[in-house]
Amino acid sequence: MAKFFRTHGTESALLLVITVISLILSLITDRYFTIGNAFDLLNTSSVNIIFAVGLLVVLISGGIDISFAVAASVVQYGTALFVGWIGGGDWAIGLMVAGGLGILLGSINAGLIQAFGIPSIVVSISSFNAFFGLLMFFTKGVSIYDLPDWLTAHVALYERQLADGSWIEISLPVLVMVICVVATWALVTRTTIGRQLYAFGDNPEGARRFGVNIAAMRFIAFGWLGLMAGIAGLVQAHYAQEVVPNALYGREMDVLAAVVLGGARLGGGKGTVLGCVLGVMLTQITQNGLNLMGVSPFAFKMIVGSIILVAITLSNSPVERLLPFLSRQGAPK
Amino acid sequence: MDETVGDKPLLSLRNINITFGGVRALRDVSFELRAGEVHCIAGENGSGKSTLIKIITGVYRPADGAEIEFAGKRYAHMSPVQANAGGIKVIWQDLALFPEMSVAENIAFSEVVGRGVRLVDYDRIRAIALAALARLGVSLDVDAPLKAFPIAQRQIVAIARALVGEARIVFMDEPTASLTQSETDNLLAIVRNLAASGVAVVFVSHRLAEVLDISSRITVLRDGRLVGVYPAEGMTQSRITELMTGRTFDAQVRAASRQDRPVVVAVDGLSRPSQFSDISFEVRQGETLGITGLLGSGRTELAMTLFGMLKPAAGSIRLDGQPVHFSSNRDAIDAGIAYLSEDRLSLGLIQAQSIADNLVIASLGRILSGGLIAPDKKAGLVARWIADLGVKIGKPEDAISTLSGGNQQRVAIAKWLATKPRLLILDAPTVGVDVGARAGIFDIVARLADSGLAIILISDEVPEVYFNADRVLHMAQGRVVGCYDPRAYTLHDIEAAVYG
Repeated sequence: MAKFFRTHGTESALLLVITVISLILSLITDRYFTIGNAFDLLNTSSVNIIFAVGLLVVLISGGIDISFAVAASVVQYGTALFVGWIGGGDWAIGLMVAGGLGILLGSINAGLIQAFGIPSIVVSISSFNAFFGLLMFFTKGVSIYDLPDWLTAHVALYERQLADGSWIEISLPVLVMVICVVATWALVTRTTIGRQLYAFGDNPEGARRFGVNIAAMRFIAFGWLGLMAGIAGLVQAHYAQEVVPNALYGREMDVLAAVVLGGARLGGGKGTVLGCVLGVMLTQITQNGLNLMGVSPFAFKMIVGSIILVAITLSNSPVERLLPFLSRQGAPK
Repeated sequence: MDETVGDKPLLSLRNINITFGGVRALRDVSFELRAGEVHCIAGENGSGKSTLIKIITGVYRPADGAEIEFAGKRYAHMSPVQANAGGIKVIWQDLALFPEMSVAENIAFSEVVGRGVRLVDYDRIRAIALAALARLGVSLDVDAPLKAFPIAQRQIVAIARALVGEARIVFMDEPTASLTQSETDNLLAIVRNLAASGVAVVFVSHRLAEVLDISSRITVLRDGRLVGVYPAEGMTQSRITELMTGRTFDAQVRAASRQDRPVVVAVDGLSRPSQFSDISFEVRQGETLGITGLLGSGRTELAMTLFGMLKPAAGSIRLDGQPVHFSSNRDAIDAGIAYLSEDRLSLGLIQAQSIADNLVIASLGRILSGGLIAPDKKAGLVARWIADLGVKIGKPEDAISTLSGGNQQRVAIAKWLATKPRLLILDAPTVGVDVGARAGIFDIVARLADSGLAIILISDEVPEVYFNADRVLHMAQGRVVGCYDPRAYTLHDIEAAVYG
């Protein structure tokens, strides 16, 4: 356990902050510390966690992307039109189309970075505007409410009524989220590709000299984010029961903040799936708590911003300083 | 060494020519390497050393007519893949390691590259790493991230990585540049073991003492031509320098004593916890005080304290007899102190900016006219210092990165002289500067001292301070442990005290 704290400083600090916030919230609100609320949190965080693990892969490889959320809107819209056109479809077809479109949009980013050597931040600022502009232009901002039944029907994988009469449930988005998290974890920690992504992000020139295929790394990282963004887009449409072209606009900054909060480094080579999930959870818990406390939604961003600052400061401090009892284990620095 | 292997060269190159943009970087060079030898390539920057290494490792392709023979096979040129597959490994000067990844993954990185997508076998990676480290006789925590280790251990990790797979030739480019003496000794011991196991090691270093110590043969290049191949036995540092530069340098200690001049700076009992303690000395007008000691002896921290960038915890600094308390280095500059930092590339000069901009950056106040920079004043200042220090440049508007190391250092010195200092602190002024250019820099230092400037010269190379300072302070673990007058001690005495 102590070893985990030392080797996962950021994750430990996040757990600490989440625990403290949860304790405070359970003391001052009577609704926070309930099973029902915990399941709510899981259900509402799913889309952002899927985005986050996708973005994590790009950050690990040393890139950055802010176009993924509007890309997900494009995918949502495209997929909704497609399944309407073929007259129905099902989850399998929907996920394939959404994932495929997502990979395509991610590959456009990767291709521009690779072919012209433009920094990824510049490429993604451009594609962010291009994707969103094209979407609004062609859709004229019109939402789609007429979605196929399979997409809007609520799927509860597990539900139970509690003694107080309220229902808890685990919905489909949670399952999709868990699959995406496990797949991303396996990709970055268990495959040779994942290790090359870390190496490339850590020291691009060193990786190049060692024969790492730079182009492949870029396409895999941005393709993976595109895949995740596509899936997240479809899941969000399912969750919201509608496709609104600008529904995800602005989501990229929340996700980016949560991923960086989770210990991923802008600049590459660093970041874990666990940290990423905890980063999203922390921001969601804060919002949820503020909601339960009856704080004005207008104050949310300000408070979440402050929490991120505090948490990042904590996670950049040596764990030994935060948890002095650990240093007695005689650990190497 | 196995004599039967030693007779036939493992690698031989003949008729190597290569041209870059009309400049012939190598001209009819030949090179020969035997299994189990440590072979040094010596030459100034620009002599063609790294070009030759890049040809052998397949990065560059030599002009037609080249003959390369490696392990009994002939090549017109070798590709990087052929070179690597044949066991030709390079340890780059910047190591090309991955700080965030574990030591094991760094050493066995070849396990995850170039064989398609597979699951990572961490047990195998650990085993490979442990075996490579064991071969070097080193034990490291292979699960820890590389960033947890200092540069010396990272160097060992880079060597261990080169040994994974079959290594027959290992190139080491300036492997000791950032190591202390004891770390260097460890590294040299590892290199000897490697050679004893039959690997040919090609060693490139600016430090001639260590070149003589480690290598069995030395190939000297100058201006892209082969000067010759010499056995290390019977060679001296001054002879190598002569071969590398084509000139002779006779070093002499400084002649006159300057004990009658007024004191410029007096330091008394200066301390900073865990960096240096109880440092006292004086520097007089026209005097050069040398400070030497190993890396981590507190030299640089002391210099930065004098320069106002760090605050002393105890003790006093007096300038012309008046106590001074600097709240920043701006105060120190205004008081007439200049500090040439040890890391010229990243701290001393702004590489992307022009020569002129670099030169005036510390003395912008002197070239203002009505609050704005006056182009004519700037040009005058630049022209004066470039002429004065004999900097060889194209145009003052060229980027500083177009200059050689020695000329860059001259610009860095000029930048500080333009602030009209009374005390000039030079921290490792010859790092990355060639032998020939070093002499030029020390000529300038001597001239500045003769003109009345007080100078503190910091270097971890004892001969530099011995031949260029009036007094030599030896620092170790934050304390002054010895003070020597070069006129009363031999170089060997001081070297024995510092490196012993």
